Amino acid sequence: MQPLIQVESLRKLYRSGKGLNSGHVVPAINEVSFSIAPGITLALVGESGSGKTTLALCLACFERPTSGRIWFGGRDIAALEEKQLRVVRPQIQLVFQDPASSLNPRLTAHEIVTEPLLLQRNWQERQMRERGFALLERVGLSREVATCRARELSGGQRQRLVIARALSLEPKLLILDEALSALDCSTQAQIANLLVELQTSSALTFLFITHDLVMAAHLADEIAVMNRGQIVEQGVPEKLLASPQHEATRSLIAGMPRAIVRPHMSGAC
Amino acid sequence: MTNPVVDRAALQLHSLMTSLLEVRNLDVAYLLRASVASSAIVNVSFDVKAGEILGVLGESGSGKSTLAASMLGLLPANGKIQRGSILFEGRDLLQAEPRELQSIRGRRIALINQEPLLALHPTMRVGDQVEEVFAAHQYVDKKSRRERVRQVLAGLFPTETERISSSYPHQLSGGERQRILIAQAIACGPALVIGDEPTASLDPTTQREILSVFEGLRRDFGVAIVLITHNPSLLAALADRVLVLYAGRVAEIGPTESVLSDSLHPYTRSLLRCLPSPRCGTNAANRKIKLPSIAGDLHSLGLLSLGCRFEPRCTDRFEPCRTREPVEVWATDEHVVSCFKYGS
Repeated sequence: MQPLIQVESLRKLYRSGKGLNSGHVVPAINEVSFSIAPGITLALVGESGSGKTTLALCLACFERPTSGRIWFGGRDIAALEEKQLRVVRPQIQLVFQDPASSLNPRLTAHEIVTEPLLLQRNWQERQMRERGFALLERVGLSREVATCRARELSGGQRQRLVIARALSLEPKLLILDEALSALDCSTQAQIANLLVELQTSSALTFLFITHDLVMAAHLADEIAVMNRGQIVEQGVPEKLLASPQHEATRSLIAGMPRAIVRPHMSGAC
Repeated sequence: MTNPVVDRAALQLHSLMTSLLEVRNLDVAYLLRASVASSAIVNVSFDVKAGEILGVLGESGSGKSTLAASMLGLLPANGKIQRGSILFEGRDLLQAEPRELQSIRGRRIALINQEPLLALHPTMRVGDQVEEVFAAHQYVDKKSRRERVRQVLAGLFPTETERISSSYPHQLSGGERQRILIAQAIACGPALVIGDEPTASLDPTTQREILSVFEGLRRDFGVAIVLITHNPSLLAALADRVLVLYAGRVAEIGPTESVLSDSLHPYTRSLLRCLPSPRCGTNAANRKIKLPSIAGDLHSLGLLSLGCRFEPRCTDRFEPCRTREPVEVWATDEHVVSCFKYGS
């Protein structure tokens, strides 16, 4: 199958220090190549500082890679002009870790999910109202929530709202950067279930960035391990966990929590 | 810090006789408007023995940070302790004068926060920030203070003591910053360290390192630790006992093994079921299956419900749950649970 997005030898260099100190170049991502088939979830795992977020920002066209190509929809989006990117950006959406800081505190939930539609200009008032309610419903938020502002919502509801906004322009790829990490475990389970439902119903493609290997193994069809700016290992979860090849993978596996729950109580398996 | 062997022996002797910290029937409420109070902690009682690690497990809104703040007298202005006592080394902290509390806080009881970048001064070298703790509590001369700082930092950063000490917070990694907070906390050799989500902002490898620092504190200095977290898997390997907090009440408290593996309270059971099992990854058939979750959410603490707070979400509820609050029942010698399933 044709991949949805294909990355070829991507590099992103940052210049460290300012003023007299500058000139020291740090590769945040270095010769990274991978592809994601449509409708699947690729989990990107690795320690802090391994380059996961930089990679996400490059894919979402927030950062320009130093070199390399990102093929998406038949075009190399790394080489596009800013103006041409306006067509690409709606198709790749980002969800961040902290929903509170991703939401405008002055807008209601309904205004938040319909705000991206304003940019498209061809929506009528009534259509937009309906679309807003439909989006909220799609992520499991009731109509009463529509008039609430972010501070009135729980952490789980806020993250649902962020996801609803990301879906408003019908993206093909959703990048979830530690989207579950800040949530309580019962809320994590609810949002994880929502992601699976959305993927099943709308054939969405996810890039799921996390340092939680257990959740990655639960949600992803494939796991890529990042270390010092490079993808050092990639494979289906059961293989990667059973026979890790790279030191970084082994170290992440060693950090996995032990099974703390006895089999009769364990929910998922 | 300087004489761990003597301290440890003394503490062990002490622990045989009494608890280091005894919290009894604590009620804490926040005043929202005149005459409207929302209770955050209700009738909470527990003990911490010297050298013990107690895990406090609770989701956001369960009152775990309020609990930490009330132990240190650091509640916000509208937070009021309405009832109860907190005995620490024989003194009731709730009756202590502000001046007395100030000498206990930071010296005998220390707090470690979640976000080290917020807790540290951005334009001060971290070594100087550790020194401030000595300056505040022990009136020794500058030279011996500097020597103590070096000793404390050498214990936490064996290889790079000098570089770390002269760095600014932004030059350090998340794990290094968290160690600086630990250095500040243990500088004066406290008997009790309270960690409020101390590893929540760290990646798993660093988390593991910091947890082993905690383990070392207990092993080498006999420090008792109250570790507050929303993540049950952190407690499994570290805590001696676990207290599960729900809506400001103790759901259950007991040895870690029995609370996490043979949970009694329906809330604890449902909470642990929400975690995907680490074994999931080894079997493709289990991938993306629906995870159990707890229906509803923890809302409106101010609502006057007569019954058990977990009742609306509980799958095991029955007759008495709606009409009155459960009292604590001793299920075993060490395991206490507040649920009508186990008698009332």
